[in-house]
Amino acid sequence: MHESAAYIFVNALLANNFVLAMFLGLCPFLGVSGKLDTAFPMGVATTFVMLVASLCAYGLNLLLTAFQLEFLRLISYIVIIASSVQLVEMVLKKYSPGLFRALGIYLPLITTNCAVLGVALFQTAREYDFVQSMAFSFGGGAGFTLALVLMASVRERLQLSDVPSVAQGTALSLMLAGILSLAFMGFAGLGG
Amino acid sequence: MNSQAILPQTTPAAAMIRTLGLIAAICGLIIVAAYQGTYDAVQENKRIAVERAVFKVIPAAKSIVEYSALPAGGVEKIAAGATAPAGALKFYAGYDAGGELAGIAAEGAAKGYADTVRILFAYDLATSSISAFSVVAMRETPGIGDKILVDKDFLANFPLEAKVSTDLKALANAIVTVKHGSKTKPWEVDAISGATITSRAVGKAINDAAQALLPRVAPNLDKLKEKS
Amino acid sequence: MSQSPGKMSARNWDEFMEGIWRQNPVFVMVLGMCPTLAVTVSGVNALSMGLATTFVLVCSCGLVSLLRKLIPKEVRIATYIVIIATFVTVVDYVIQAVSLALYDALGAFIQLIVVNCIILGRAEAHASKNPPMAAMTNALGMGVGFTIGLLALGTVREILGAGSLFGISLFGADFQPWVIMVLPPGGFFVLGAWLLFFAALERRKQRKLAEATQNA
Repeated sequence: MHESAAYIFVNALLANNFVLAMFLGLCPFLGVSGKLDTAFPMGVATTFVMLVASLCAYGLNLLLTAFQLEFLRLISYIVIIASSVQLVEMVLKKYSPGLFRALGIYLPLITTNCAVLGVALFQTAREYDFVQSMAFSFGGGAGFTLALVLMASVRERLQLSDVPSVAQGTALSLMLAGILSLAFMGFAGLGG
Repeated sequence: MNSQAILPQTTPAAAMIRTLGLIAAICGLIIVAAYQGTYDAVQENKRIAVERAVFKVIPAAKSIVEYSALPAGGVEKIAAGATAPAGALKFYAGYDAGGELAGIAAEGAAKGYADTVRILFAYDLATSSISAFSVVAMRETPGIGDKILVDKDFLANFPLEAKVSTDLKALANAIVTVKHGSKTKPWEVDAISGATITSRAVGKAINDAAQALLPRVAPNLDKLKEKS
Repeated sequence: MSQSPGKMSARNWDEFMEGIWRQNPVFVMVLGMCPTLAVTVSGVNALSMGLATTFVLVCSCGLVSLLRKLIPKEVRIATYIVIIATFVTVVDYVIQAVSLALYDALGAFIQLIVVNCIILGRAEAHASKNPPMAAMTNALGMGVGFTIGLLALGTVREILGAGSLFGISLFGADFQPWVIMVLPPGGFFVLGAWLLFFAALERRKQRKLAEATQNA
């Protein structure tokens, strides 16, 4: 399709936000968004993995189509993602051990983050070229980070409010997410 | 992971490679078996879906032949199961009961409100107009975006003029979606009030596909008219 | 096995029921959220997604359990993922062969079953440590529990957002649907409402228990 990279980026960031509109990356969104300090680095790490995954998926897809091995697509994508996460873990451990410890168990969990595999699958389904794929994954990652940061900020504030105990926890996060999602619907048609 | 000093816990590399190879082989076999086992059924499903869609947009058609419009010019029939050559555009020619060409149909796609809107449009060569369209796949908002299927005013946009320019490079006039109520030219698409994004997606999908395909098809009318 | 048949089936039943109520993936563990919210816009989609996930769960846990003594500890997660991806690919092709309309409706979320935390979690926590029969029974229970969760969401969203249930119109043509229910915000709200409901039930149960022990 012939959409500009800028449109794809803005669209993935706002109107079709990965978390709030496309329902990708919800497990970490509900799990890690308790504190702002962990939410932002998590978002950045996920964005980086998404970029790498998008790059590899683009190359892999070219290879698989050339050899007519489309049925191996899913397996090869997920193996590449698992390897990228492993790579990021090793790099972080060596160059930023503080961040590595702060992220803890959530770093390897990026492998099962629907957003990362989702980027690869969607860009293949929409037949994006290289530049479009990069814009898509960068916008998606930025949108994921944005949603995470917004959620974390609100949840931090809510810790000091008087929420009925029956609603505390995940139920409250979901209601919050619903309101955020409603708000983001206002971005529909932006840039296009 | 526990690290007992008594027994070595790490698996020797050879055993690991052997096991991983075994697992890869098992998984590979399962996938290939599933792929081969379902291949015929999937192809049949796709063929039926295409047929149903083409018959819907070209009501007079009783049989379909798949063609590809080659980048260098010329059209070529695609045999069942074969892949189109690189850069070629696929389209379907519908023939009526008497074997006469009833129209051609082609797919178009554009981004709608939520994800891609894929449509199939029919082109009537006699009048150089787009006679109808139908939706192949979409995820638009029910009650808002999906009005493109039923809204009387939107459907009254068709037949939509789509003449090819004299130099055979593009359409004489690009198909464009305009605000509800402001349609003045026969090649404009009047959007549905309140469902502008989806209406624009339909207009863009048709325009993008027609701009690329129709200039290639127009010079080859005679070849298409005979159903061989 | 040295256990008597009676004990075995009681244990199997326990394994099965664990996923349905005590450890329901949707309402208790809150795992596998992405497909839960994305495809539950109608009862049919919810049921299909639930069945597809159950199939992948049972087959993957079965294979993982069969190979549990062989899989090297260092690469076990990657191996589980490859096995799960295999069965997801199988389901992907089976759904295409059965109904292209359903395949379009579920979209990319069929392939996203691979990263559904439930399956990997079960493989790691249970299937890798138990014999095949137990592993598959537990997986089946989890799958059924997941399907029940999806159906709870799908039916509510479909009734409110489209006025129908499994495609059968309930309120006639004049019903003004609450469209937001079949859009993303609706998914969040309905799941939040269900969790609220279950929390309230749990709270009432605790209160009754406290009163009972007080009065006793």
